[in-house]
Amino acid sequence: MTDDRMLSASGLNLRFGTVPALVDVAAELWPGEVLAIVGESGSGKTTLLNVLSGHMAPQSGQVLYRAPDGTETDVHAMSAPMLRALHRSDWGFVHQNPRDALRMGVSAGGNVGERLMAQGSRHYGDIREAAIAWLAEVEIDADRVDDLPRTFSGGMLQRLQIARTLVTHPRLVFMDEPTGGLDVSVQARLLDLIRGLVARLGIAVVLVTHDLAVARLLAHRVMVMQRGEVVETGLTDQVLDDPQHPYTQLLVASVLAA
Amino acid sequence: MNGYNFAYLDEQTKRMIRRALLKAVAIPGHQIPFGSREMPLPYGWGTGGIQVTAAVLGPQDVLKVIDQGADDTTNAVSIRRFFARTAGIATTTHTSDATIIQTRHRIPEQGLREGQILVYQVPMPEPLAKLEPSRAETTRMHGLAEYGLMHVKLYEDITRYGHVSISYDYPVMVAERYLMSPSPIPAYDNPKLHRNPALQLFGAGREKRLYAIPPYTAVRSLDFDDHPFRTTRAPQHCDLCGDDASYLDEVVTDNQGGRMFVCSDTDHCESRRAKQEQPA
Repeated sequence: MTDDRMLSASGLNLRFGTVPALVDVAAELWPGEVLAIVGESGSGKTTLLNVLSGHMAPQSGQVLYRAPDGTETDVHAMSAPMLRALHRSDWGFVHQNPRDALRMGVSAGGNVGERLMAQGSRHYGDIREAAIAWLAEVEIDADRVDDLPRTFSGGMLQRLQIARTLVTHPRLVFMDEPTGGLDVSVQARLLDLIRGLVARLGIAVVLVTHDLAVARLLAHRVMVMQRGEVVETGLTDQVLDDPQHPYTQLLVASVLAA
Repeated sequence: MNGYNFAYLDEQTKRMIRRALLKAVAIPGHQIPFGSREMPLPYGWGTGGIQVTAAVLGPQDVLKVIDQGADDTTNAVSIRRFFARTAGIATTTHTSDATIIQTRHRIPEQGLREGQILVYQVPMPEPLAKLEPSRAETTRMHGLAEYGLMHVKLYEDITRYGHVSISYDYPVMVAERYLMSPSPIPAYDNPKLHRNPALQLFGAGREKRLYAIPPYTAVRSLDFDDHPFRTTRAPQHCDLCGDDASYLDEVVTDNQGGRMFVCSDTDHCESRRAKQEQPA
């Protein structure tokens, strides 16, 4: 069981001055699994995501990634070109604000095709076909393929970002509050879309969210963080239905019932 | 000329530029920083080119200077005269007679030969500058050979206009490693960069960068498999020499909308006309 872990982190520590962001954090992820990291603002969720994805180096501890061929490498010991290549091919990153990731002056098709071109695709027709197919996949009309993202709504932008990330069929996608800043009906549709895509394509996801409903809908497992520490971890239903730690109990109890 | 060193620049500066040029030749297409000096002409008029020329110029050299293909425009005339006065070297307008050709915006129509040096004046050495504003990031992209972004630009052009709309300064891959701006030469001239027997040196004075294409280096214009690189030229022929294959300038001749097409390369046009007159 432990041998096919895709991502395993142990002993991660990181302090910003006197503020502990990560305190002896360990995390594991298996292929095809969706792991949600929940907690309030400032609990270290996004920091953990950045450390797991190699964007930020921890002060101690290591993050190991197992490639499809079984070789295990330390994400933070990797050379910059290797890490960037990994982010372009096997990995993907979905930002909370799609404007951070998208090129707003480039058409939707160009945005989706960028990762393909970065990987070396040099056939315009094929790239365009793939872009249109992925727009359909995220429920954006094919005739919007040449429109600039700035003409898109917030929900569409987020779906466009997901299409742009998934076009190279990554095995592992990091998502930072993918539904943040969207209204509830748009959120529901987006969650439905992500759940469908992730299940069908067998993508492993590390998802950061402060919204327990999002975690319940998408995640197989949940990690609860408080002040940089993982206070509870387990299967989603187990943690959310029968929280053991007082902080988790507080989080679960503070969800407003509609 | 009294009071000036040979070819205006002092010897230490020339050594510094030559060192940078050696490095540039060793890494084809890679931009090398150099300590660009103040020159007695404004940025944008060829301060980079003139420094490179000064650094490679010897007393035996014969210099030709062209601006938009022409030997007789202000900039070409003044740079040619500048070196004639400060270095006392011979100058020419004939491509075949020159050992060093400083150029802005064109590669001569006549093929170059081994031993000749073509010096380009470059306004913007960074081909990715319009796409990625951060110099640190473009340096990283060159280091890792991540040039997908340039193809995104080509993709956008084809999507919007049906073809790549870059008509000059068309980006090229040098020796399949470095993405390079060929300076604002027309895309028509791009094929001449490929495996050219002459040494091609590029100098950007304001941006303080040098780069080079050694003789016989492979230079490929970027394109897509299904939208291959194509050159364009005005479909007319030259009104002076009748050439229907050279690169043409459109010249407005009067206020009634009269216009004529002439070869942009004046030496090419003149030598063709001289040949046509001989038999008569």
